[in-house]
Amino acid sequence: MSSTNQVSNRSYPEPPRRLNEMLRWFDQRTGLNALMREALDEPIPGGARFAYVFGSALLFIFISQVITGVFLALYYVPSADHAHTTVAYITKTVTAGSFLRSIHAYGSSTMVILLLLHVTQTFLYGSYKGRRELLWLSGCVLFALVLCMAFTGYLLPWDQKAYFATAVGTNIAGEVPLIGGWLKSLLRGGTDMGTLTISRFFVAHVLLAPAAIFAFVALHVYLFRKAGAAGPISEDLVTPRQPAEPFYPRQVIIDGMFALGIIFILALISHFIPFELGPKANPADTRYLPRPEWYYIPIFQWLKYWPGSLSFLGVVVIPGVIAFLFASLPFLDRRMERRPWKRPIAVGTYTFIFLALFGLGYTSYRSDHRDPGYAAQLLAQQKETEEFMRKPFEPVAEPSPAAIIAAASNPLVKEGSQIYQAQSCQACHGEGGVGSAAGPKLTGAQERWTAEQLSALLRSPSTQMTAGGMTPLDLKPEEMRALVAYLQSL
Amino acid sequence: MLAKVTSTEPEISRRSYLGWLIGLCTAGVGAVLSVPLIRFALYPLRMQTTEVKWSDAGPLSHFVSLAIPLRRSIQVEQVDGWRETVSEKVVYVTQTPDHQLQVLSAVCPHLGCSVQWSDAKQEFICPCHAASFGADGTKLSGPSPRAMDSLESRIENGRLLVRYRYFRQLVPTKEVIG
Repeated sequence: MSSTNQVSNRSYPEPPRRLNEMLRWFDQRTGLNALMREALDEPIPGGARFAYVFGSALLFIFISQVITGVFLALYYVPSADHAHTTVAYITKTVTAGSFLRSIHAYGSSTMVILLLLHVTQTFLYGSYKGRRELLWLSGCVLFALVLCMAFTGYLLPWDQKAYFATAVGTNIAGEVPLIGGWLKSLLRGGTDMGTLTISRFFVAHVLLAPAAIFAFVALHVYLFRKAGAAGPISEDLVTPRQPAEPFYPRQVIIDGMFALGIIFILALISHFIPFELGPKANPADTRYLPRPEWYYIPIFQWLKYWPGSLSFLGVVVIPGVIAFLFASLPFLDRRMERRPWKRPIAVGTYTFIFLALFGLGYTSYRSDHRDPGYAAQLLAQQKETEEFMRKPFEPVAEPSPAAIIAAASNPLVKEGSQIYQAQSCQACHGEGGVGSAAGPKLTGAQERWTAEQLSALLRSPSTQMTAGGMTPLDLKPEEMRALVAYLQSL
Repeated sequence: MLAKVTSTEPEISRRSYLGWLIGLCTAGVGAVLSVPLIRFALYPLRMQTTEVKWSDAGPLSHFVSLAIPLRRSIQVEQVDGWRETVSEKVVYVTQTPDHQLQVLSAVCPHLGCSVQWSDAKQEFICPCHAASFGADGTKLSGPSPRAMDSLESRIENGRLLVRYRYFRQLVPTKEVIG
C-alpha cells in the first residue's frame, strides 16, 4: 500500500487559470480526473519496463484495425458479385486505398505476432499465476477472437486465395463428429461457398467479433487492474514488495514509442510493398493450390498428416486438447514459482509447441518449393496476381436494356439465348453474360471478336480459357451461328 | 467565480508539462496518420466518380442531308463509383441553319415529357402540354421556358458521338443537372 501512497502524493504544475476552470467544470460533471488518475497511477511493482509493452501495443493495433476497417467499409460491398470489384476499386482507384487496405491486412499479421509475444511474455514471467485464472481465461478468449477476425477477414476480398483458403478452412469444421456437416453449412450459409458465406463472414468480422473483443478487452483490463501488475519474476505475485512506479509517465512513454515504431514500420511496408489482390475467385479452377496466411500454415501442414478416418483425431481432438490445456494452465500450474528455469515442464512444453509449429511451417514451405509441380503452380498463381494488380480497374457492367430487347426481337438471337441456357453457359458466365465468380463476362464480345473468331474459340477454347474451366462446345453449325449471334448481341 | 464557489473541490492536478508534451506529440502523430484516412474518405468529392461517357449515335453517313430531324436511341454508359450502368435514351439528330449537325435531347424543358416529331406539322410537339419547337429545336409556342436542349456532340472516326445530359426544367436558361 505504501507504494500507492507514494505515487499519488506527487505534485504536478498547475495549468493556466482559465483552462483550469474549464477543466474543473468538465471534471465535476464527468469525474474524468479520478478516472485518469486511476488509469495513469496504476502501480507497476519494480518499475516500468520494455517487456510490458505488448498488451498496450495489441490494444493500439486493434484500434488501428477498427479505424481502417470502418474506412474500408465506406467502399466495400459484402456480396459474391461485388466484393472483389469493390476491393479492386479500393486498391486501384481510391486515393490512399491501397495504403489503408495494406495497413489493415498487414495489421492482422501484426496482431498475431504481438499476441504471440504478449502470451510468451506472460508465460515466461509466470504472470498468469496468483489469482489470475480469470485474467488468463479472458486473454484466451481474446486470442481465439483475434484468430477468428483473421480467418473471417481473409475471405472478404473474394479473390482466388481468399476463396480457396476459406474453402479449406470451413472444410475443417466439417471434420467435427456428429455436427460437422451441419457446422460447415452454418459457417458457409449452405453446402457451398457463395454470397451467403460472404455475408456471414462479414457480419462476424465487422459486428460480432469486434463487439466481443471490445467487451473482453474491458474485462481483461479490469481483471488485470484487480489482480495488479505482476511485475518482474523476482516479485511476489499476490502482495508485491518491490517499490512501485506509476504507469504514467515512464511506461506510457515506452508504450507510446513502441506503438509509434509499429505504426511506422507498418506504414513503410504498406507503402513500399502494398498488399496484393488476386484475380476474382473462380470456384471452377481445379488447379489452384490454396495456401492460408502464414500464421495458419503450421496447422495447414499438420492436417496433411491425418488422412481419412484419423483426420478427426488430428484435426479436432489433438488441437482441442492442446487448446484446453493451454486455457487451463493457471489451474494446472498452481505453484507460485515464476523463474522460467525452475519451471522446466511448463517452459519445456511451451518451447516444444513453438518449435513444432515452426517445424511444421518450415516443412510446408520446403515441400511447396521442392515439388516442381507445386512450385510451378504457386509461381503461376503469383504471376496471375501480379498481372491482375497491373491491370487498371474495370467497373462492373450491367447488361444493357438494348441487348435484352434485341435478344427478344431477333429470332436467331432468341434461339442462341436458349442454347446459352441449354449449354449451362450462364452457370459460369452469368445470366445475360454479365460474368460471375466462376467465369468472365461476355458482354461486349462483338467489339473483341468477329463471328468466325467467336465460333472458333467456342469449338476449341484457348489454354487460358480451358484453365478457367471452359469446355469445348460441340454444336451443329446453325446452332453455333445462333449462339454467336446471341453473344454478339450482349 | 466558479473557482470561488467550488474551492472545496479537489484541485485539478496531474497535468504536468510532460503530459502536455505527450499530448502534443500524440495529436501530431494522430494528425499525420489521419491524412490518408481523410483523403480516402473524401475521394468521391475530389474525383469524378459519376461520369457520363460518350455514346455512339451512329455513322455520319446516316445524317447526310437531313431533311427532317432523325430519331435515334442511344446507349448511355454511366460510371457510378465501381459500377457501370447502361440505359437507353432518345435523341434527335438535326441540322442547324448553317448545316452543322446538332443533337437534341427529347426531354421537354417544360416538365420532362418526351417530345415527338410531327411529320404533318413539321415541328416538335410535346404530348403533355403542347409545347412546340422548330426542326432545329427553337421554341415556337406553348409553355416551355426555353428551346429544346442541345447535347454536346463530336465526330470521331466517321461516327457521331453524344454526351447525354439532363437539364433543369422550368428555367429559361439551360442548366446541367446530371
